[in-house]
Amino acid sequence: MTLMGTLQAVILVLVAAGALAVARARDRVRQVLLLSGYGMLLAVLFFTFQAPDVTLSELAVGSVALPLILLLAIFKVDKARDADKARDADQARRGRR
Amino acid sequence: MSQRQRLILFSVAMAGLAACFGWAASGLPGFGNYPGPYGPVILHDAVAQTRATGVVSAVNFDYRGFDTLGEEFILFTAAAGLSVVLRRLRGEREREPDREPETDNSNKPGTSAAVKVPALLFTGPTVLIGWWLASHAQANPSGGFQGGVTLASALALVYLAGEFIAFRRLSPVMLTDAVEAAGAGGFAVIGLIALAMGLPYLDNFVPLGTIPGSVSSGGTIPLISFFVGLEVAAAFTLIIGEFLEQTLLIRRGLWITSRSSWSPGSSPSACMGS
Repeated sequence: MTLMGTLQAVILVLVAAGALAVARARDRVRQVLLLSGYGMLLAVLFFTFQAPDVTLSELAVGSVALPLILLLAIFKVDKARDADKARDADQARRGRR
Repeated sequence: MSQRQRLILFSVAMAGLAACFGWAASGLPGFGNYPGPYGPVILHDAVAQTRATGVVSAVNFDYRGFDTLGEEFILFTAAAGLSVVLRRLRGEREREPDREPETDNSNKPGTSAAVKVPALLFTGPTVLIGWWLASHAQANPSGGFQGGVTLASALALVYLAGEFIAFRRLSPVMLTDAVEAAGAGGFAVIGLIALAMGLPYLDNFVPLGTIPGSVSSGGTIPLISFFVGLEVAAAFTLIIGEFLEQTLLIRRGLWITSRSSWSPGSSPSACMGS
């Protein structure tokens, strides 16, 4: 097997393992960080398969833009849930009085 | 359905899928072999015809420029749709800006210097790399898309290093909208100029230059790449800005749920305003 073929085989295995790690993560923030690392693995995969243009796109979108948007969305949803909880507790307290 | 039944159904489906997949994979051409005629033709003629050594860019922005135009408008539409959807939520906030939820963030620590300093250090180089990627499509496997996203991520670094207000000051919504429209429109207009000269739409009408792969070669390829870079940078800045704004509204405690039970004691008209 040539050097490039070996590299391709190694990175294919790594990408498969990375996908499993992302899918199995339970904590959402941890999952997003894993997804970001997975984006970098994919970028290396595209590079070893001689697609440097896709590598650059994947680097920028997969490992920066997408995780950033996901993190912001998760933060917003968590905050909204906290605010809901606080309001419910507040109302329950007022109802008791 | 019991667990046993589900397992049986899954095994049957899985076996069928595996069989079909094996059948399909056995008919594929050998690994790394490409049987089509298009690739060799492009590889043989692209540099001579376009004087662009970044053959991927020659395909994206010249041979298949019309496809790329469509792809550019996908992102344009996505950014437009996002700002329309999130705009309504901003209206909800503006209804009752004074009522703050109990969870205030005043005791939360700010961004640490360990984050701020590298973000600040990387902002300049990121802008440089983004600009370089967007302006060297004719010589590199890069182009407006990669450069544009990188430029937008430089603005995200500005937010990390400073405040949302710094992000907003560098990318006012009016300016971002205008740049995005100019980028998307500029691409389409380059095609129209070719039409006006009696050539096919998006034909490469600019002089190609003499040295293949130099910055000034490639005709319309670097021009289109520039406009794509404008569009993509503005679109991603708009998207990141909208998401940041949404997040910061919550941080300031101005976010209001759409549930009607939220405003006890206030008159119903307060919920129906504007």
